[in-house]
Amino acid sequence: MVTTGDVGVVGELHVLAVDDSFVDRKVIERLLKFTSCKVTVVESGTRALQYLGLDGDTSSIGFDGVKVNMIMTDYSMPGMTGYELLKKIKQESSVFREIPVVVMSSENILTRIDSCLEEGAEEFLLKPVKLSDVKRLTDFIMSGEGKKVGGKRSQKRNRSDDCISSLSTTCSTVSHPCDLSSLSPSAMSSKKSRL
Amino acid sequence: MEKNQSRMQLVAMKQSFFDQGLLDEQFIQLEELQDDVNPNFVEEIVILYYGDSLRLISSIEQALKERNLLDFNKLDTLMHQFTGSSSSIGAKKVKAECNLFREYCRAGNIEGCMKSFQQCKKEYASLRKKLEAYFQASWVLGGSMPLQVKKIKANP
Repeated sequence: MVTTGDVGVVGELHVLAVDDSFVDRKVIERLLKFTSCKVTVVESGTRALQYLGLDGDTSSIGFDGVKVNMIMTDYSMPGMTGYELLKKIKQESSVFREIPVVVMSSENILTRIDSCLEEGAEEFLLKPVKLSDVKRLTDFIMSGEGKKVGGKRSQKRNRSDDCISSLSTTCSTVSHPCDLSSLSPSAMSSKKSRL
Repeated sequence: MEKNQSRMQLVAMKQSFFDQGLLDEQFIQLEELQDDVNPNFVEEIVILYYGDSLRLISSIEQALKERNLLDFNKLDTLMHQFTGSSSSIGAKKVKAECNLFREYCRAGNIEGCMKSFQQCKKEYASLRKKLEAYFQASWVLGGSMPLQVKKIKANP
């Protein structure tokens, strides 16, 4: 049986993508398929929870349902935002809490980024999402890095510079010449305690 | 021989889109996702974009009819979606006009909103026309061959 965090039987990651934009759903789906992931795309947080079996209709105890290795969600969605979805998933007292959740947004708003990271988001990506972003994420999960104790803290990628932070295990703050700020201390500590 | 010429024209056409600032890097990113199994991915996405855009433009138009009772929040939300999808296909100029609209929205500037919305529509229509011509030309070429165009720097 495949459990969350483990790679699927055929070495394929199963990613659940959530976005209310028709165009963006197509793009993220293609990006993920291009990196050999199995993809499920839904248009809302509510649908995502339903898919995961977390909508309260199905008890997650003994629920032998779909397993996903990563969730990628848009931030700004009507109804349930990506942030709210993130919170709901991280509040689960089950394996679902362990699923890496990546938040995507077209807006580079630091308070938004910080609150997502504090809530346990794996990463915050600026849209439009690039193939290199997706490859980096899937490599990271495939390598099982996320399970290591003291493993990496998440990054936020600044749009104004295209350099991709290396996935290092240092806990020092990121400083790029064009980075707008470093991670807030609270984000770092909550990430550490999560591991 | 003729096909090579047509191909070169197509490449030149696309390069002109970049030179004029109509498209950005994201368009190239999408092209790189094309392969033998999905040779027309970009065109498919662009067609989705057209549908999405028409819907949003129509909604914004409707909302702007309220004239002096504009719901700026609603307008901003709608335009945010239009900006997003424009960004996703690399529609650089359209995106810029949309962002300008949003600034007017946040400032509560009715006049500014009206004017910049006209610009958005204009840029969108212009881009659509050009992309349609582009894809049509590429089909004529036997368009299932994806054309990879690196952003060619101006010849020294």
